Amino acid sequence: MIAVVDYGVGNLFSLTCSLAAAGARAEVTSDADRILSADGVILPGVGAFGDARDKLRFSGLESAVNEVAASGRPLLGICLGMQMLFERSLEYGVHEGLGLLKGEVVPFRLPAEYKIPHMGWNSLRFVKDNPLLRYVKQGEYVYYVHSYYASDCDDSVAAVSEYGGVTVPGLVGKDNVFGTQFHPEKSGAVGMNILRAFKELCEAK
Amino acid sequence: MLAKRIIPCLDVRDGRVVKGVNFEGLQDVSDPVALAEFYNDSGADELVFYDITASSSGRKLFADTLREVASKVFIPLTVGGAINEVADFDRVLKCGADKVSVNSGAIADPSLVGKAAKKYGNQCVVLSIDAKRDGGIYRVYAKGGRVPTDLDAVEWARRGQEEGAGEIVLNSIDTDGVKGGFDLEMLSDVCAAVSIPVIASGGAGNIEHFVDLFERVKGVDAGLAASIFHFRTVDIKDLKRRLAERGIPVRL
Repeated sequence: MIAVVDYGVGNLFSLTCSLAAAGARAEVTSDADRILSADGVILPGVGAFGDARDKLRFSGLESAVNEVAASGRPLLGICLGMQMLFERSLEYGVHEGLGLLKGEVVPFRLPAEYKIPHMGWNSLRFVKDNPLLRYVKQGEYVYYVHSYYASDCDDSVAAVSEYGGVTVPGLVGKDNVFGTQFHPEKSGAVGMNILRAFKELCEAK
Repeated sequence: MLAKRIIPCLDVRDGRVVKGVNFEGLQDVSDPVALAEFYNDSGADELVFYDITASSSGRKLFADTLREVASKVFIPLTVGGAINEVADFDRVLKCGADKVSVNSGAIADPSLVGKAAKKYGNQCVVLSIDAKRDGGIYRVYAKGGRVPTDLDAVEWARRGQEEGAGEIVLNSIDTDGVKGGFDLEMLSDVCAAVSIPVIASGGAGNIEHFVDLFERVKGVDAGLAASIFHFRTVDIKDLKRRLAERGIPVRL
């Protein structure tokens, strides 16, 4: 079973439907015991970093997420959930992240003709092997919606997209901790393939 | 680099897709779920659903339809129609919409855009504008193109951006349903006035109209159409191959 951490941000309908379509048995839960007994865990997230970070902290689920990461079971952060895996974010002040991956989250500073948020379909370029990319081809498109991105994360970055002169980390991963800045649940067949690879990884552990 | 988006639009009434020509003479086309799956498989980048139902029973049916589409089609979904208050955003977002499009509701209460943007994020709020040349301005029309307002589309788009809209859909009533091409002039004027994405709507009749749109309107992000896709006049795969041939970035 894959546990989708429900800590009160965002709508998890699309994510749970796409996990089901990828063949995964998923459960949306705010119960730490369920998270700790899952084969793998997804940390979703939308909205502002500080707000989501507070909600995760006050939900009491942060230690469960950290425990999953330490246990070696696969953990996947999506969008803001991915950003929270890093050490800190500079979105409206400085906020401490979970620190499971090295790097920090910074705002786009782009030439005027580039719109923010970075919203829409962008292609992936691989920079490092990653098990979540096993069914994805170089150059395939994924769907992004975000105004901040991870930087100084050479340690974990596996696939990137180019936008306005910025190399945007799209998919990151180190050991059992993974993240996608894009939304696999909105990225059509490509996203489905990434979720399927994650599911297989969870089953293998 | 971001791909230019191709977006089929589905007008839904009582659980069925309909499409008006110049907003009149509705004609039943197809089942929304089947059409959505067909478009997903043929490479649509996003889908727009307009609820053109007037009754509350129809509204319930629309919610069911939307939920079914969202559970089967994993690309971004925008929903519009009957969005008049923040609670309406909540109603459709719960059914799996990613973005919500406001039109008459924002004309009646421009603060709706800002309130919704604050609650759900700018990326979630789409300002949809129906406009027509009239009295020396691009006059904005409310209520599905039936009621003229004093607003000018360029000013209204700019105001929408200030209020917090994350995207504009500009539908030219002058070109809608005529299939003679997009309203390049109106689109260029609106694109020049805002820095948020603009989706072109109204007038596409063939593949070359999309080529013209992306080559001639600086800054336009997407092209939206309905009947030419529903009736298979234009196949999205062919369209995207043609755009790629012309060097326009698309998701193939």
